[in-house]
Amino acid sequence: MEFLRRALNPWGENVPIGVAWDLIWAAVIIGAVFVVVHALLVPKKLPAGEIDEGEAKGLPDRIQRHKPGARGFHWTMSATMFALLITAFFPVIGIQFPWVTIHWIAGVLLILTVLYHIYHVFAKQDVRNMWIGGRDVKEGALGLQAALRRPVKRPRAGKYPVDQKMFHHAATLATLGAVVTGVLMMFRVDNFLWARNEYMFSDATWGWIYVIHGISGIALIFLVIAHVYFAIRPEKRWMTWSMINGWITRDRYLENHDPERWSVPEAGGAGDVEGSAAGGGTGQPALSDKA
Amino acid sequence: MAVMRDMIPPFELYQPTEVEDAVRLIRQHGDKGWVLAGGLDTFDWFKDRIKRPEAVIDLVGVEELRGISAGADGGLEIGAMTSLTDVAENADVMGRYPLLAEAAGLVATPQIRNQGTLGGNIVQDTRCWYYRSGWPCYRAGGNVCYAATSQSMNREHCIMGASRCVAVSPSDTAPALVALDAEMVVAGTSGERTFAAADFFIGPDIDIERMTVLKPGDLLARIVLPAPWEGARWYFEKIRDRKSWDFSLVSVASSLRVEGGMIQDARIVVNSVAPYPVRLRAVESAIRGRAPSEDTGQMAGEIAVEGARTLRHNDYKVALMRNLVKRSIRDAA
Repeated sequence: MEFLRRALNPWGENVPIGVAWDLIWAAVIIGAVFVVVHALLVPKKLPAGEIDEGEAKGLPDRIQRHKPGARGFHWTMSATMFALLITAFFPVIGIQFPWVTIHWIAGVLLILTVLYHIYHVFAKQDVRNMWIGGRDVKEGALGLQAALRRPVKRPRAGKYPVDQKMFHHAATLATLGAVVTGVLMMFRVDNFLWARNEYMFSDATWGWIYVIHGISGIALIFLVIAHVYFAIRPEKRWMTWSMINGWITRDRYLENHDPERWSVPEAGGAGDVEGSAAGGGTGQPALSDKA
Repeated sequence: MAVMRDMIPPFELYQPTEVEDAVRLIRQHGDKGWVLAGGLDTFDWFKDRIKRPEAVIDLVGVEELRGISAGADGGLEIGAMTSLTDVAENADVMGRYPLLAEAAGLVATPQIRNQGTLGGNIVQDTRCWYYRSGWPCYRAGGNVCYAATSQSMNREHCIMGASRCVAVSPSDTAPALVALDAEMVVAGTSGERTFAAADFFIGPDIDIERMTVLKPGDLLARIVLPAPWEGARWYFEKIRDRKSWDFSLVSVASSLRVEGGMIQDARIVVNSVAPYPVRLRAVESAIRGRAPSEDTGQMAGEIAVEGARTLRHNDYKVALMRNLVKRSIRDAA
């Protein structure tokens, strides 16, 4: 199987022109295998975690996990991502329609949502919530053992479990790869933002831009398969619902989250204490929930 | 530019005599096969060694694909392998569809019309020389249009309908067939499918590597012409650099139904301005109920070129298209 498509340009140079489209099917197959293997190995219902009544004291029944802005970002990004993947890959596999304009407009919307997300993260949230630290590694190792039915105590996460953090970083990398190269590729199609300029870069540079765009898109196929799979897994649905309605129950919170790493104001602590100088996982109460 | 060579790379030659066999062979070889009709588009590709198929399916022996016969509902059926000369000189075509006869008679030279087929003229590939030089442009599966830059020689390229690629449809008979509301019958392994001529041609926004709906495994079998309009007027004009032999710079085909001195219905199609024959529906709507006069033609010409986007060297096509559309209404006979 080839990974790149190459061609001779008018100057006789052998340049890359894009990724091999077989990789689309490779991503789909790898995604399907991952889903099947995971579904077979990991039980769909994990044993309920222990709830410390002391921790529950003073907590409301519903705890906000995602503010409307964060949910709006997530679903807008989801819509644009599906539009982008459909318009990018359906024509390649033979389902043809006028896709170019829809694709770049969806791409522009994705860029706007990403810019909003960056602003939201730095202005309204704590970016350190997504950092992966030593406790996340330990949490991940224990979580893996628990998922494989080993007799270990289920670990509790900060605001975001380590697997969500890993997914976020992979999706960030792939999305940024697609976005940055996509902006450059818009110089090769007619659009209302700027004039077309085919010769802005050399053929080889353009080729690598197309390759990175393709690899990013194909990586997103796998990531979307995995994300949708986990979103509908029975033991993860409470998280999916929280992305719709914004909140989780107190029991879910105490079962799955460590109040020392993610405290809520009603408990007398600040949200997002994980990694912060104030909280630092010491249990020191912080001032507000910045979820 | 590619260098024309004498030796064509080797391939397996198949010469079926039945449509079913041809379709089976085309399907069997997929994108490694090549369908040969008159050979006038084919041999350039082969001699330039840009297209190197493993198998060539020569349709010359399939008699079923040749000939002109009466169709259902008073129309006419023309086999895709019918020569352009036969189409241009056929009494039925000349009498009832003079628009098509005129268009076919203006293709290239008498020798080429003797050899070339109606099907081949319809499905021939674009003549963009950047593409035909074998460079990795969008249409060739690459990621650039060499004809759309500020340095490009793009005098013959499109002024509308572009989507990354700016090549134009080179067919002379295509606009006539769209104006006549013809149907294209495509044979495939799963049977026959029929497309309106206007839907048969596709732009690069849908598939940048094809100019028609035909996919590997498909074969254009015949063209079905509906009964002509009663009292129809028609017009065909092809503008080219050399009157003796050339592809069109702009061509126009119109079919008007005129009653009581007023246009009751119209189909107006312009070619070589876009990657596909452009049916001017806005013009058709605007001229209904009007006399086919100079003023109507002038108005139609202005509407026709709305939205045109020129390249560095082809802005002359706007004026050409405007005037051809005007004439196609004013001078339709």
